[in-house]
Amino acid sequence: MAVANIQVAETPLVLYALRRADDALILGHRLSEWCGHAPMLEEDMALSNIALDLIGQAREVYSYAAKVEGKDNDEDKLAYLRDVRQYRNLLLVEQPNGDFAQTLVRQFFYAAFADIYWRAMMKSRDATLAAIAAKSEKESAYHLRHASEWIIRLGDGTDESHARAQEAINHLWAFTGEMFAVDDGERALIDAGIVVDPGTLRGRWLTTISDVIGEAKLVLPQNDWMQQGGRAGRHSEHLGHLLSELQSMQRTFPGLTW
Amino acid sequence: MVTVLDRDSELRRRAWDAAAGVVDPEIPVLTIADLGVLRDVVLDGEHVEVAITPTYSGCPAMNMIALEIEVALERAGFHQPKVRTVLSPAWTTDWMSEEGREKLRAYGIAPPQASSSRRALFGEQSVACPQCGSDRTELLSEFGSTSCKALWRCKSCREPFDYFKCH
Repeated sequence: MAVANIQVAETPLVLYALRRADDALILGHRLSEWCGHAPMLEEDMALSNIALDLIGQAREVYSYAAKVEGKDNDEDKLAYLRDVRQYRNLLLVEQPNGDFAQTLVRQFFYAAFADIYWRAMMKSRDATLAAIAAKSEKESAYHLRHASEWIIRLGDGTDESHARAQEAINHLWAFTGEMFAVDDGERALIDAGIVVDPGTLRGRWLTTISDVIGEAKLVLPQNDWMQQGGRAGRHSEHLGHLLSELQSMQRTFPGLTW
Repeated sequence: MVTVLDRDSELRRRAWDAAAGVVDPEIPVLTIADLGVLRDVVLDGEHVEVAITPTYSGCPAMNMIALEIEVALERAGFHQPKVRTVLSPAWTTDWMSEEGREKLRAYGIAPPQASSSRRALFGEQSVACPQCGSDRTELLSEFGSTSCKALWRCKSCREPFDYFKCH
């Protein structure tokens, strides 16, 4: 890889924005991997559409991060020229697509959170973040409905679809705790009314997913041990492979434009 | 002074009309004015700046629309026009004009309903068929050929159709 990684001055607000943008970009990229491979045409279009929404959200938040940082960086550099350890996304969103159930359970856990989170963020004292939130929450509502319907269809479907959905829930559950974790830098932003404390949203998130999972005749794991690390740049092995594909053009042909 | 103001408002109206005539590349019967995407036209001397608001965050038509606005303004005699994207307030289908809704229906796309129905997680939706007007319709896919549309089918005339989702 010929191109040097950029350096980012991670003030709490820049770091906050990177975390949210990275979530959206990485999940969007994961969903885009289904393009041309989904089990049916409608779902191919749905997952690609959701990927587009998420990548669009990522662009807005990266641009904002670059503006706050006030250096040479822009949305493209932030996406293409940071290495694995500089990525701040949730471990949940980088998990491989697996089978269709695993993709949809990952999508369901994230969308149920994003829906509540962006709606709460509309009250941010930061005008740009509030505006991004107002756009994103509308999209997230559709993403949640889409994923919820699939969870019910899979869970309350055949023995095999039920077993696969339950296995995906059991597998991904330990990655959900990270969505609600807050570090000191983010705590200061919360106290200043700039961002929402995700910890306060966990109860509502749990209610949303429990309702759907119950209707789907699935169960939530009792185990509450949660894996963390993504927010601090400690990732699973999967993210490096994802980035090597996502960044390959810019790494191979630095500064390439279409 | 009065003549200057008149000239400015005349210029602004010309700039607005030029920008307002740009159509959505995905739904060419709708102009950006019909869609409510065109938010403002600001004149500073001879220079014009157009404010638009994106529909969906990732909608690829937005880049195209910005380019088309620049071309339309150049054609109308405004040099080096600028297009600015404003995020707030967030675009909503409630801004779509009545005329726009009628054009959509005539084009075969069911127009968006009021945004109050969007929140219901599994709420009952009823969308009238744009072909025959029947209410006996069913959702085929929440996501259609573009970000803004869902795919429906009419059980009366059996035609599939696009529904412009409320947003």
